[in-house]
Amino acid sequence: MTKKTKTMNLNFGPQHPAAHGVLRLILELDGEVVEKIDPHIGLLHRGTEKLIEHKTYMQAVPYFDRLDYVAPMNQEHAFALAIEKILNIEVPIRGQYIRVLFCEIGRILSHLLNITTQALDVGALTPSLWGFEERETLMTFYERVSGSRLHANYFRAGGVHQDLPSGLSDDIIQFCHTFPKVIDDLETLLTDNRIFKQRNVDIGIVTKDEALEHSFSGVMMRGSGIAWDLRKSQPYDCYQDFNFKIPIGKNGDCYDRYLCRIEEMRQSVEIIKNCINKMPLGPVKNIDGKITPPSKKDLKESMEALIHHFKLFSEGFRVPKGEIYAAVEAPKGEFGVYLISDGSNKPYKCKIRAPGFSHLQAMDYLMKGHMLADVPAVLGSLDLVFGEVDR
Amino acid sequence: MSITVNDLEKTVNSGLTTTIKKSQINLNQLFIDVDVEDIISTILFLKTNEKCKFKQLIDITAVDYPQREKRFKIVYLLLSHENNLRIIININIGEKIIVPSITKIFPSANWMEREVFDMYGISFKDHPDLRRILTDYGFTGYPLRKDFPLTGHTEVRYSEEKKKVISEPVKLDQEYRDFDFESPWEGTKYIKQEEEKNKTKDK
Repeated sequence: MTKKTKTMNLNFGPQHPAAHGVLRLILELDGEVVEKIDPHIGLLHRGTEKLIEHKTYMQAVPYFDRLDYVAPMNQEHAFALAIEKILNIEVPIRGQYIRVLFCEIGRILSHLLNITTQALDVGALTPSLWGFEERETLMTFYERVSGSRLHANYFRAGGVHQDLPSGLSDDIIQFCHTFPKVIDDLETLLTDNRIFKQRNVDIGIVTKDEALEHSFSGVMMRGSGIAWDLRKSQPYDCYQDFNFKIPIGKNGDCYDRYLCRIEEMRQSVEIIKNCINKMPLGPVKNIDGKITPPSKKDLKESMEALIHHFKLFSEGFRVPKGEIYAAVEAPKGEFGVYLISDGSNKPYKCKIRAPGFSHLQAMDYLMKGHMLADVPAVLGSLDLVFGEVDR
Repeated sequence: MSITVNDLEKTVNSGLTTTIKKSQINLNQLFIDVDVEDIISTILFLKTNEKCKFKQLIDITAVDYPQREKRFKIVYLLLSHENNLRIIININIGEKIIVPSITKIFPSANWMEREVFDMYGISFKDHPDLRRILTDYGFTGYPLRKDFPLTGHTEVRYSEEKKKVISEPVKLDQEYRDFDFESPWEGTKYIKQEEEKNKTKDK
């Protein structure tokens, strides 16, 4: 008698609350055990790279907000750094501090969303309600500085668009005093929670070598015990001025990655505090009129400023010929921009390296032999946002 | 022990004397050019060599230069954690050339090569699963080629009569406007010098 084994194909998504956006997974199941996963992505593909080739450098910045829309300024940062390196210009120290300040706010925004929705996926509702309240506060900081809660369009090649409005630093410091308590509260709900641990400990284990082989970065790599953070190893802007710790995991499972994210939020709060306390005075963007627009005041008085303004907002600035790869440590991992300039006012090619793309790719290998119920737990810990995976 | 970009260039050049066509350091990054046949041996060397240890593939992408004879340039970005260095490998290929896949060396190359195939129509030899990845099911054309229009060729909508989503040629109510604001005027370089002159004059 021969025993027939039959696998069942199951379609997961594209509209599924645990898919964190529009992800379609074709699962091959043997009973409840996952045999194979084929992720179908591209449902949110908007052709960002093609669009950027048709926009001037300044017009291209808002597209970066729409990649990982959970931490928009971190993406703008990579693009700004790439342009600055080719142009060989410097960012005034105050501009650098403001950029670091808002990148760390972005990191907290992203980690808060990830931790709480991961908890939601494995059955805990309360953390998301608590976490989103804090995210709202952080987004008001974004709004006060840039005018919009999500799609900030705040970083520029050469600095940031505007200086901080008065009173903002005090409110951010105030937030830094109250927020660690919220992290503690979240931890009381999750860290020792029996159900949360049952769903996450020893699930989706990644070893050190596998993390490298699969091009993992960020928390996905640090969770497996590789001490690598671009803020430390290849510091950009003024990150070398700050003293912070890089949490790394031991087992490389979903639970360790959760713990890393919690600790990273605490470290980010410290960086933000330091950043505001040390914030120097001075200009916030490069003062070269050929690259950054003049102030409103100059516009009323100076003919040259008026010409600069007109040229910048029609032709834009030209970037000399060159190729550059600039990367930042975005909350989700290494976010890079490979920029090729042909000397005109538009990028010839702008390849966006999104961390989530490599992480999602490893889904098949991560899930092999796990149960169907573990799919949302692993998906949650990968920290995917489809804006950046699909681009 | 960490080495600099210049040391790395020497190591790479001595290790790959026969295959390397050009190496240069630009903006503190090392670029090397190799032939399409040598890509596997080059990447294997960079990954396994004791001094290089480029254990992580960051990205694979392509660039389209329609006016060149060898139309596409494929770019491999590698990162070495031990040396804290990056390297960029370029290969130039014509339109119908098939590139050897490096999925055996780096499993993560799988989707990256699929993306290059999807966006540029470059095929990879021995790739386990070369399908389109980002574009829609049933999509034709290669969007990131320079001759592909920004608006695309087809658009989709829900047809009330047929009760399904249909795709039809793009109809634009207004012609796509691509303004070229670039002026041939190079601008002035003398402003700073002139200002300084004026200052000295005033004195």
